[in-house]
Amino acid sequence: MELRKDYFADVRKDDLHEIGQPRPRSDSPGHVTGRTAYFADRNFPGMLHLKMVRSPHDHARIRSIDTSEAEKHPGVVKVLTAKDVPHNVYTILILIQVGPEDETVLADGKVRWKGEAVVAVLAETERAAQEAVAKVKVNYEVLPAVFDMEEALKPGAPVVNEYHGQNYYLYDSGECRKVRFGDVDAAFAQADHVLEQSYQSSPIEHAPTETTGCVVAPEGNDRFTCYTNTQAMFFTLDNTSIILQMPGSKLHFVGGTVGGGFGGKVDVIVEPIAILGAKLTGRPVCFIYSREEEMQISSPRAAEKVVIKDGVMKDGRIIARKVTGYTDAGAYSRHSPYGAQKGAGHYPGPYTIPNVWIDTYCVYTNRTPSSAMRGFGVTIGDFALEVQMDKLARLIGMDPLEFRFINAYRDGDMKAHRQPTEGAALIECMQEASRAANWPVAEKYMAMSSYKNGA
Amino acid sequence: MAKVPVQFTLNGSEKAEFIDSGTTLLNVLRDKIGDTSPKGGCHQGTCGACSVIIDGELRLSCLTLAETCNGATITTTSGLAEGGVLHPLQRAFLDTFATQCGFCTPGMIMAAKVLLDHTPDPSREDVVEALSGNICRCTGYEPIIQAVLTAARANSQNAA
Amino acid sequence: MALALQTFATVKDANTALKSAGTRYLGGGTLVVRAANEGDVSVSGLVRSTDPALSAIEVSGGKVRIGASVTMARIARHPELGSLAMAARAVGGPAVRNMATVGGNLFAPAPYGDFALALLALDATVNTDEGQTPIETFLAGRDDSRAIVTSVSFTKADSLRFLKVSRVKPKGISVLSIAVVLEQAADGTVSSARIALGCMADRPVRAKAAEKALLGKTLGQDGIAAALAAAGEGTAPITDPIASAWYRAEVLPVHLGRLLLG
Repeated sequence: MELRKDYFADVRKDDLHEIGQPRPRSDSPGHVTGRTAYFADRNFPGMLHLKMVRSPHDHARIRSIDTSEAEKHPGVVKVLTAKDVPHNVYTILILIQVGPEDETVLADGKVRWKGEAVVAVLAETERAAQEAVAKVKVNYEVLPAVFDMEEALKPGAPVVNEYHGQNYYLYDSGECRKVRFGDVDAAFAQADHVLEQSYQSSPIEHAPTETTGCVVAPEGNDRFTCYTNTQAMFFTLDNTSIILQMPGSKLHFVGGTVGGGFGGKVDVIVEPIAILGAKLTGRPVCFIYSREEEMQISSPRAAEKVVIKDGVMKDGRIIARKVTGYTDAGAYSRHSPYGAQKGAGHYPGPYTIPNVWIDTYCVYTNRTPSSAMRGFGVTIGDFALEVQMDKLARLIGMDPLEFRFINAYRDGDMKAHRQPTEGAALIECMQEASRAANWPVAEKYMAMSSYKNGA
Repeated sequence: MAKVPVQFTLNGSEKAEFIDSGTTLLNVLRDKIGDTSPKGGCHQGTCGACSVIIDGELRLSCLTLAETCNGATITTTSGLAEGGVLHPLQRAFLDTFATQCGFCTPGMIMAAKVLLDHTPDPSREDVVEALSGNICRCTGYEPIIQAVLTAARANSQNAA
Repeated sequence: MALALQTFATVKDANTALKSAGTRYLGGGTLVVRAANEGDVSVSGLVRSTDPALSAIEVSGGKVRIGASVTMARIARHPELGSLAMAARAVGGPAVRNMATVGGNLFAPAPYGDFALALLALDATVNTDEGQTPIETFLAGRDDSRAIVTSVSFTKADSLRFLKVSRVKPKGISVLSIAVVLEQAADGTVSSARIALGCMADRPVRAKAAEKALLGKTLGQDGIAAALAAAGEGTAPITDPIASAWYRAEVLPVHLGRLLLG
């Protein structure tokens, strides 16, 4: 692709030696020879296999757990339940003060989604662990479950997560993240047209080719080396330190080589329990998701619902935008309070709109906990925003690209979040897109610049 | 539990192991022999990351029991480079940026090698068909297809 | 208990071993090893036979006999099996076709089992040491089947038409698949019809109502209309990540129509 040098010529240097040049990747020789070491390529003598007993119910109280038969099963070395985990209730983002702790490493008294980890079995072979898993008896009292975000927010809905007490994340701003700019109601009253539309998406699984997992080796000095494919090395280290109540200096994490992640490997799920297993048995431990677990258990992208109400003038100016976003966190927070907050930060899109109202909710349901995935909090919102932009253009009979030129933000514009726009390049990007896609727009738009004064 | 013997040729060298009956070839290669170039991506026969060549045919080592490979000749990606010189497919995968996370790469190279062994001058369609059992979740299929076509051209130039 | 494999030279001995509880027959491994890998602890032992008869393909006169251990890849490249090769090529990717067997495909749950579908349209006979069973009867009772399938046999039909509908090509999983064997009288009217459907139940099934509706009709838009309307009769399509039962039922007449008119 051609790197154009005529845009922003005054703010860029033209002595770039690396950009635009092909450079060999340092990891490729390992990839093509099969020498790259992924976590599962580590093998240790006497390594135990960890398998999980998982909840078959979406929402249930645990009356009792009987592991006696599993413990007696040939090859089984250790069976772990909630009481074995030093700090069993955690939440990943507590590291940046986003609480409360709301998720159990192993279920304690209750399960909140189908597939939740209840009992961990460590055995000499994968097969022995699988057989012992089938012998663990858990007595459940099934509770009413809620799967729909709007149902979950209604009074009287089953409470999914008692650590929150209500089915939404309570931000310091209240039941949702809020942005208030100008006066949307007054602007809707003045608008030539008002269009309200609702958009929604399903959860999406990353499906990396390499499943989530880790291999842990005790070093014999109370220190543990954990080979992992986490995408969040230091989050994992620090959260493991909290969960196991062990100083970080006792934990040596080795990673960085990930067989596909796409955001699906940022949750701290396999490492703490595997390290605990290694600590309590003194043996190396591997905990690797099966393909079915990767598809059903690992966090997907959240389901989202976005309601957008716009006030638009016949000349193409959007004068008001009200967005209500819902992010389905599933049963636990993981990264979703942050995802919903990102949504609030991202709306109203790359457009200058004088009156904006944004509410984004992080909602708890009895679905698989969701978390990060490529632009979470933003990607689905962008889909909704841009479909809405096309609908608005059609509504006022305007070319959809020209409609975006009219509303594109430019340097110096005040954004709804009270940040003046700087470094904008949307106009130039659309000009290139217009040429590349052979979608001509009027000359006045091709003459525009992100520098508002036409510098 | 009684162990059973298995014996086969792996990348030109004789291997003999005592294994638990019912162990997959993938686990024997990786855990017993230490050849970790075949990867376990799904253990269901869906992703192709564990692909190896057995007696000239592409097979999934995750669904093949090692005992059924007695006397077989097995090739894996770790055995392709000779004397430190990359196989033309490996060279082409490097040169055309046909790797991203690298996890599918050894399986892709195996599938491509079987194709080129039988069809030295494949069409693009042949390549797509040959790689159809291998999943690249980084979705870098286009550079991978180009790499295989590039390797085929390099082979034919060397032969000429 | 580990998953032990026993290998026998004869089918007879393998059949005896297969009587033990928890024992399954190992063909190409694409079903039973897969199940074991996913943690199906009901499989505790595997049995196989290396009897060469299981790997034979015999084509003589109009009759075909294919050993149960014959792989999809061998059928796909066999010069005398014609359109049946197309059904074999529809199974899996290259590596799966090098492993998956004819015998195994008879047991593949929907959305798999595209090859068995073609055999159903051919009205094949399934052979075991205990006798011969028409494939339709065999498929209906396969969950209780214990004797090792040794071969399938059928009368060659060049008129076999086969269609696999998938979202990804090549090697997509079936939205549905259809196999049809028709005979036409001199005037072009349909004198006999066998239509087999995949993914329209948990295993391949015949579309009996559609078959009946085709009799005496010509293969034109009007002639096939009644058959298309009846195509879904008696079916119970599966719902899986590829498609819902509703979707499968909706698109079945469209694809059957294309196959009949194509």
